[in-house]
Amino acid sequence: MALSNVFETPAPGFNFDNTSRNAALEGLFDGGQTPKPMKTGTTIAGVVFKDGVVLGADTRATSSEVVADKMCAKIHYIAPNIYCCGAGTAADTEKTTDILSSNLTIFSLNSGRNPRVVMAVSILQDMLYRYRGQIGANLILGGVDCTGNHLYTVGPYGSVNKVPYLSMGSGDLAALGILEDGFKHDMELEEAKELVRLAIHAGIMSDLGSGNNIDICVITRQGVDYIRPYQVSEYKDNRKTKYKYRPGTTPVLTEKVVRLKLEVVQESMQRMDTA
Amino acid sequence: MNNTTGLFCKSKLTPVCTGCVVMKTRPNRICNTVYRTESGRNGITMNTRGLRSQLKDSVPVAGLCPQGAYGVQDSLRSGFTSVKNELLPSHPLELSEKNFQPNQDKMNFSTLRNIQGLHAPLKLQMEYRAARQIQRLPFLQSSNLALDTLRGNDESIGFEDILNDPTQSEMMGEPHMMVEYKLGLL
Repeated sequence: MALSNVFETPAPGFNFDNTSRNAALEGLFDGGQTPKPMKTGTTIAGVVFKDGVVLGADTRATSSEVVADKMCAKIHYIAPNIYCCGAGTAADTEKTTDILSSNLTIFSLNSGRNPRVVMAVSILQDMLYRYRGQIGANLILGGVDCTGNHLYTVGPYGSVNKVPYLSMGSGDLAALGILEDGFKHDMELEEAKELVRLAIHAGIMSDLGSGNNIDICVITRQGVDYIRPYQVSEYKDNRKTKYKYRPGTTPVLTEKVVRLKLEVVQESMQRMDTA
Repeated sequence: MNNTTGLFCKSKLTPVCTGCVVMKTRPNRICNTVYRTESGRNGITMNTRGLRSQLKDSVPVAGLCPQGAYGVQDSLRSGFTSVKNELLPSHPLELSEKNFQPNQDKMNFSTLRNIQGLHAPLKLQMEYRAARQIQRLPFLQSSNLALDTLRGNDESIGFEDILNDPTQSEMMGEPHMMVEYKLGLL
């Protein structure tokens, strides 16, 4: 009675089969350094102004000491009136915001209503608490709905904070300094954009994990303005991304043409049924 | 030999195995399951369902009775055998994820009982039990549409819908063996 024939499908969802193997492998690497996942080591910031919400983010994604992505998009779409900036492990923030966006779409299709920011926050909170912080996603959610302009932050364990201005990520202290100094209630659009730009810029200058360009997303009742990039970094490299060689780069020494002799062996015709 | 509440080993068909612990999910169940029993000539009752299929309500602790072919430890994937590896879950989330759906159900039923009285969860559980029996052949994956609709899972998406989808699993049990196992003939 060989039990290998009786197969039990693995449960859907996360698979923990490899954890003991990984724990054993960790001891074998030099200095216990396992390959690190790609983190976004970021500066993200958000500000509530008179007509809506401005979200800003830098565009660098790091994988320990290497810049993995220079034009990473950290502002994710959740709903037509809700956008979310994500800091932490890049894959976790992407997948979590994708799932959140799908859930909100299903809800709005079911009920015919626009989703509210509190709904997104509640769903995120439940999801992140269920996984006890193993999903490393620090998110800033901002949006405009029928109840007003809202800005929330959700931590990896599901902690929620509702504030008028905020910043997260590894560069958050530098950005928060600028925000604390320059924030006023009911600002105009241009003031708010400039404040967020300055805050992200401070984060980029003071933190190694943030850098490159600045993205800004303005959400108002009328619509969303996703400006990517809002400010391009002065330190650009001049690498050409086209690596095609023009014909004639390699000198041709000899050329020999051999004709292939083909004979028609069989010819058959099949009528197409174009009814 | 009455087998309704004995300890069962998840992967072997012998009644008791060392190193296996099987936990029932609902210690304070509202209704008791009734197994089909047959009376023999001397009044001995026996459970006629296959032994393994009686375990539908229990969720075993992770890591028990080494996985891999023929019950032998797969050293390449799981490392060297140790009692700790077999008895304790290797990841903090392993147990809580396995029990997540049963715990949600428990919570919902107890809230329902407090609000509407005992009849509400009883009737719902009856429907759940009926919906759970709508399955295909043992080696085919069922979509569990009725069960999902009852639970409300058809209107939400989580990681269990995206990752490790059982309908797209690369391995399938051998059909004849699976059917025999289900019928208890193995």
